[in-house]
Amino acid sequence: MKPKPGEPGDRELRVKRITNGTVIDHITAGQALNVLRILGITDRPEEVVSVVMNVSDRKKDIVKIEGRELKPEEVDKIALISPDATINIIRDYEVVEKHEVILPSQIEGVVRCINQNCITNTDEPVKPRFVICRGERVELHCVYCGSVIADRIADFLI
Amino acid sequence: MQHVIRIHDFSRDEIDRILDRAAELEPVAHTGSSDALSGRILATLFYEPSTRTRLSFDVAMKRLGGDVIDLGAVETSSAVKGENLADTISVISGYADAIVLRHPKEGAARMASEFSSVPVINAGDGAGQHPTQTLLDLYTIRKEGKLNKAKIAFVGDLKYGRTVHSLAHALSLYGADIYLVSPDQLKMSDLMKDALIESGTEIVETAEIDDVIDVVDVLYMTRIQKERFPDPNEYHSVVGSYRITKETLKDVKDNLIIMHPLPRVNEIDPEVDASRHAMYFRQSFYGVPVRMAILSMVM
Repeated sequence: MKPKPGEPGDRELRVKRITNGTVIDHITAGQALNVLRILGITDRPEEVVSVVMNVSDRKKDIVKIEGRELKPEEVDKIALISPDATINIIRDYEVVEKHEVILPSQIEGVVRCINQNCITNTDEPVKPRFVICRGERVELHCVYCGSVIADRIADFLI
Repeated sequence: MQHVIRIHDFSRDEIDRILDRAAELEPVAHTGSSDALSGRILATLFYEPSTRTRLSFDVAMKRLGGDVIDLGAVETSSAVKGENLADTISVISGYADAIVLRHPKEGAARMASEFSSVPVINAGDGAGQHPTQTLLDLYTIRKEGKLNKAKIAFVGDLKYGRTVHSLAHALSLYGADIYLVSPDQLKMSDLMKDALIESGTEIVETAEIDDVIDVVDVLYMTRIQKERFPDPNEYHSVVGSYRITKETLKDVKDNLIIMHPLPRVNEIDPEVDASRHAMYFRQSFYGVPVRMAILSMVM
């Protein structure tokens, strides 16, 4: 018998549809947990969060956050690791907004500097900040020491 | 408020204005005095050893009629009580009209500028930037040689040397041809070379000084540090091949100038000091008028 919403066994149903909230679709396969790290949803969030990995023939991950509509400035940071992700805002089961993530020009407090001797890797009261340059590939330039992160950006997530 | 954090923050026009001001102030730097900064106070915070930079800022401020307060040895400052740099800067900026900072961490000067209510001048942040050294190097080249479209050879440690990195960038603004002379282990990074090439700078790379010494206008020597080589024998062989002697200079251009950020170890034979090409001690002196120019422009 099909479980009712809220009963044990209804996880599949939650993953399929949410009433209100945000669905982040087309996340690069394997990056869903890093998306949650970037969004700061790591430590017992108040919202119900569903993570689906390796769907559509292992091509993408999906994250669904119930009861919370993420603002573009909150979500755009995930373009760092998943540039093709799309954001769907859901109200009463309907998609009322849909947009792609746009790489911001600067990020703060998301990624730590690759340079161990950078002032941001000390106890000083300063958050790591990067200017984002997008040429053939995404590059993060540390505002403080000038170091560049170009590869394996996810490794440097805070 | 204008901070002096990295040479990359300055346009060619802005650099030219600083060098012009330095030229105006050079007579005062030699023997004179001025009251341009009378009543102003400069704080010097050196968290790392320094001789030339520290003293030349001190002299520059005093020649302009101002006073200097000094953090003194880090061991006697509140840093030993665990005070962070941000708090120190917040406090000191209440005491002084500008702050000169040398710190072992890269990016320290940028961070300090965010906590300071007065201009911060970067006097070296780790392996990062040392913009006033670059400006005095440019001043020396302009005064003693030619700055526009100069042919300059950087010799020695081109991988770790912050002086070379900053000066190479600045010279790219003046259409220089740059010759990079270093052993394999100490070559300039591809990232840096690419940036120079993108800016339209001609680059020639070689391991032999003899390949370039007869064609360049400026020979910029750097210190090769022993700790960069795992094998001491290799260090000694490399150092020996990058040493300038009277013999090395026999076929150079008449107007060649030899520069060095100092301190030197073995890179330049002392017998070269008396030659007309030797410019390193004068270069060091030019730190005074250039720092006078900077101080007078930010305060």
